[in-house]
Formats: sequence, C-alpha cells, structure tokens
Amino acid sequence: MKWLLRLLLLIVLLVVLLLGWLFFGGSHRPTPLAMSKVTAATLQDPALIARGEYLATVGDCAGCHTAQGGARLAGGRSLATPFGNIPVPNITPDRETGLGDWSFEDFWQALHVGKGRHGELLYPAFSYTAYTKVTHDDALAMFAWLQSLPPVRQPAPSLALNFPYSVRKSLAAWRALYFREGEYKPDPAQSAQWNRGAYLVQGLGHCNECHAARDSLGGTSGDQHLTGGQIPMQNWYAPDLSTQQNGGLQGWSAQDIVDLLKTGQSAKGVAFGPMADVVATSTQHLSDDDLQAVATYLQSLPPRTPPVEEPQLFNAKAIVQQGEKIYTQHCADCHGKDGSGVAGVYPPLNGNSSVTEPSGINATRMILLGGFAPVTAANPRPYSMPPFAQQLSDSEVSAVVSYMRRSWTNNASVVRPEDVSRYRHTPID
Amino acid sequence: MNTNASLRFAKPFGAAALLVVAMLLGATSHAADAPSIPDTLQQRIAACTTCHGVHGEGSPGSGYFPRLAGKPAVYLARQMQDFQNGLRKYAPMEYTVRQLSPAYMQEIAEYFSAQQVPYSHSPVPAVSAATLQRGDLLVSKGDPARKIPACASCHGSQLTGVEPSTPGLVGLPYDYLSAQLGSWRTHTRATVAPDCMAVVANRLSDSDITAVAASLASRQLPADTHAQAAGSVTPPLPCGVLGATGDGT
Repeated sequence: MKWLLRLLLLIVLLVVLLLGWLFFGGSHRPTPLAMSKVTAATLQDPALIARGEYLATVGDCAGCHTAQGGARLAGGRSLATPFGNIPVPNITPDRETGLGDWSFEDFWQALHVGKGRHGELLYPAFSYTAYTKVTHDDALAMFAWLQSLPPVRQPAPSLALNFPYSVRKSLAAWRALYFREGEYKPDPAQSAQWNRGAYLVQGLGHCNECHAARDSLGGTSGDQHLTGGQIPMQNWYAPDLSTQQNGGLQGWSAQDIVDLLKTGQSAKGVAFGPMADVVATSTQHLSDDDLQAVATYLQSLPPRTPPVEEPQLFNAKAIVQQGEKIYTQHCADCHGKDGSGVAGVYPPLNGNSSVTEPSGINATRMILLGGFAPVTAANPRPYSMPPFAQQLSDSEVSAVVSYMRRSWTNNASVVRPEDVSRYRHTPID
Repeated sequence: MNTNASLRFAKPFGAAALLVVAMLLGATSHAADAPSIPDTLQQRIAACTTCHGVHGEGSPGSGYFPRLAGKPAVYLARQMQDFQNGLRKYAPMEYTVRQLSPAYMQEIAEYFSAQQVPYSHSPVPAVSAATLQRGDLLVSKGDPARKIPACASCHGSQLTGVEPSTPGLVGLPYDYLSAQLGSWRTHTRATVAPDCMAVVANRLSDSDITAVAASLASRQLPADTHAQAAGSVTPPLPCGVLGATGDGT
C-alpha cells in the first residue's frame, strides 16, 4: 500500500508541475508606462510619496535591497539561501538596471502575484507570500516613493541556484504548496487596532519570514504562524512571538513589545543580531499607533504547548557547575547573580526567550560576538556586550550557556562544545 | 517667627535626610544582586574595550588588537565607517560597528583619541641586521627608484601621525603592521579613493613588508607621541582620506 501512495504522490506532483508549466509559462508582457492606468501626476503627489516612504520603512525594503556600503535600495548583492544565491535587484528608478521603465501594474504583479514583468515566477526570497496581503493603495504609495528616488545604475549579480531550483518554472509547484494570493481581509470580530496590527505583521512587516520554522523546501506552513524558527544561513534563532503561556514572549506586556520595537530594548530583553538591524532601520520609525497595533495583535497569539523535555544523554551537572564559575567571573557583574539584569541597561537572562529558545544558538552567539544594542532615536548611545570569542574556549562557552539555560526559572537543554564551534564564524551579510 | 524660620529650614532638610536614608536603604537592599552600572561612555563601549583596552592601549600580548589611544579622532571614526561599508574587512569589527550612528562613532573616536596611556612594546621577531636596515631606510627615505615614498613623508617625522586623518605608526605590534600592509594588497583593507596607502603597499615586496614592519615595531618612542599638527606634511601621493581626488597614480 505504501508504494501505491508514493506513486500517487509522485503523479500528483508531476501533474502540478505540468500544469504550472502550461499555465504559468511566462506569456505575460509588461504594461508599458503609456498604457498604465496610473498617471505620472498621481505618482508625483507629495502626500502619496510621503506615505509610501513610511510604508517602505515598515516593510524594511532597504534591509534586503541595499548592499553593505552600497547605494540605498540599489541592490547589488546576493541573498544566500540553502538553495543557492539569489540576486537582490535594484529598485531605484534607473531605466536600465532598476524600476525606471516599470509601470505600477508591473510593480503590483511582483508584490501581489509574485511574478516579474514578463510573467516569470519570482523566487520567494522576495517575500510575496506576505506582501500579497498589502492593499492596492499602500502598494501604489510605495511605488510612488520608489519612483521619486534618484536613479542609481547598478546591475544585479547573476543567479547562482543549484539544480533543480535553478529552473524557474519549478516554482509553480512551490507556489501551489505555499502561496495564497490575496489582500489582507480584516476580521470583523476583531478591533480596528487588532486588524491594523495583523495587517502590518502578516503583510509588509513579513515577520513570519524569520519567526517561523521552514521546511525542506523553504516554505512555512500556515499553522506555524510566528511560532519561532532558525533563520536559514544566518543561523540565529527568531523566537516564538506569543506572549501567553509557554510563548517565547511569555509575560511581555504590550508596552514591553512597543519599547523593544521603538527603542531596541525593553524590561524583558534587548534586540540583537538581525533583529537589531530590523529595529534600527525599520521598527523604530513606526508610529506609536502602529506599534500599539502590532503589540495588540501579538498579544492575541495563542498559548503554546509546553516544550518536550529532551532526555539528557550525559550528566549535565558537571558542565553546569563549570558554567556557574564562568558566569560569576564574566557575566554576573552586569547581568546579576540572579540573572535579572539592570533595568534599562543590561537585559535579564532569567526568563529571557533568547536564552531559553530551543536551539541555544542565540545565547552562544551573543557570548561569542557581543555587540551593541540597536542605535535608535530613543537610545542613541546604547550600552554593549563584550565579545568573548577571543578569550573563552568552546567548552567554556558551552558551560556558561548551559548554566544560564538551566538556572533560575530557566529550564532548557544544555549546549555542547561542538555546537559552539559550529557558530564561531561571524555572520555579516 | 524664630520657630517658623527654623521649621521652614528644618522641613526641606528633614526631607533631604529622609531621601538620603531611603537611598542608602535602597542601595543596601539592592546591593546583594543588582550591579551598579556607571553611566559613562567607557562603560557603554565594553564591546570595544575588551580587545582594545579600557584606554585604547591595545593588547600588546596579542599582536592583532591595535592601540587606539591618541590616534587622530577623524582617522578612528573613518576606520569604523570603513568597516561599516565593508571597505575594511574584518568580520568581528564589521559586526560590532555595523549599525552605529555617525554621531556615536565620532564620540567613541574622540574618547580613544583623548586617551593618554604609556606605550608598551610587543615582541618583534628576530630579523637580520640587513633587513632592519632596509626597513629603516624605507621608513625614513623610501625607495625613489620604485616610487615608494618614506613612511615619514605622510605619517610625520616622528611617525606619530598627523592630524586629522593620518594615524601614528609607532608602538604598533609587528604582527598588526605586517597584516595591515598585506591586507591592502589582498583588498581586505581599503578606504575612500584614491587609496594612497593601497598604492604604496602594492609597490612593496614581500620582504619589504617584513622589513618595514620590523623597523617600525622595534623603534624607540619619541618623547612627544602626539600627532603632528594638521598641514605639517605635504603627502607625495593624492589621498582620498586627505580630501584629494583623482585616480591616485
């Protein structure tokens, strides 16, 4: 029976691929500017452009579309994925290398439908699974702002994907599995504030791109919404965002969420790694109303089932005892013997989801790399954590991380020295 | 009247005394666990000082964390900016400064620039007298035949740097100096064009790098280690960091 099921599955997959080939085969033509329903005068409306700039900041377009040291939004870098490198395009209005010849219809097709100007299927590194929820009006505002920028000439690097992902048409199958086209539909049972928060988190904010686990095809399934996951290639863990029982943000108030997104730190924790960049370039600029809306929505995420206690394969006691000594020597001066931190300066480690998240990567990396809390208007001169990569060995780091993960009210698995050595390199891009 | 006056005085005094007592009580009840963290820049930049030293003295024991103390502030701020932009490639530095604001980087640069701490010598590998002699010659006279300017022609007659953008070279460890000269040749260290130091580094031979790094690292320190005044040297090459334009040849 099992082989029959497999054969059936294979046939279904082949049919999906074939249908994809036939129906998404790329017969589309770009809409010429002269044929666009959106006039040049509309796109030059200063109010629309200003709104577009705000929305593009919420969506953190620059986070991906700007290369290190490169011109803003001019692309010119590759995004590393488990499937290969995907070039990040130039979205300034340069006619040859950017969006200069694009009509709004072309832009909408990319953002909402996930297809390029010529109907080619876009790789979902461009998060159209989220952006499809963006309203037509908001998309128009962003397009108007992008077209108002100074054009920068910069061609994109070439695609470097492994087979079979290099065959664009194979994306038809991926889309059938993971992509549902459609603008955000407000839930009439919820408040306007909740709906605004859901719209921002699920749509432009594309939070789920990091804060959910990906399967072997790089997709996220609907029931994993914001439940946390390891970020591919960057190897940081984006925690679960539920504030309720067993959630990654258990006990966080709406104000704690607003504080973290606006200032980079809250009474419960500090943004670091990729989230520090997100706060610095995007969330600190959100209006207070939008921040409150995001908090309201996150607070409504359901409680989680308690994590399954993994059986310890070896005696963790010795490693935790060694860790306590290192903690007392290097960590307690700032984070406190009881792991409660210093309000407004150093984050608590007790009850901190970045310490107790399932993988142990975040605490390991923080100890190795240290670093500054994000620079924000509200916290322009942040405190920092020293890196310990140059003075602690793999086994010392694993000991102190294991101590923190099993002390006070924390009860997470220990981290082994070989886990530490895997994360010694510094992620930059 | 008299009583009233003393009461008027006693009230705020009493309140102040109570406040002090309350603060002391608060302090002692907290002292057990909550650390007291000074609100100073030095405390804020623990990520920097753990390698470069609290006063920017560097880590003489390990040759790869250079001294920052006393280097021109404009130079130091520029280096952080170059790490941000990926012109200088060293992942831990790129990571640490990646989203600091220009204002904060300037403040940090000024902090290290203002530090005055004694220099300490790092060990220099044993090189032959001839190598050291070659190094001394490159430092003070350069090699006109190969269009290599003397270090001193830009970095100051005492090699203590020149305000505002040229760093001092004295007191830097051999390992750091030779690694930096090498990194200009492998394009892992660069700055705004025209990058005059890249031109010079690429005119040096491998043995020149050893010689010049050994000569600089084993040099006696001058009495005055401050950077020379701005405009006191005329650089022989156009340098972007000094405001020059052109292709730097």
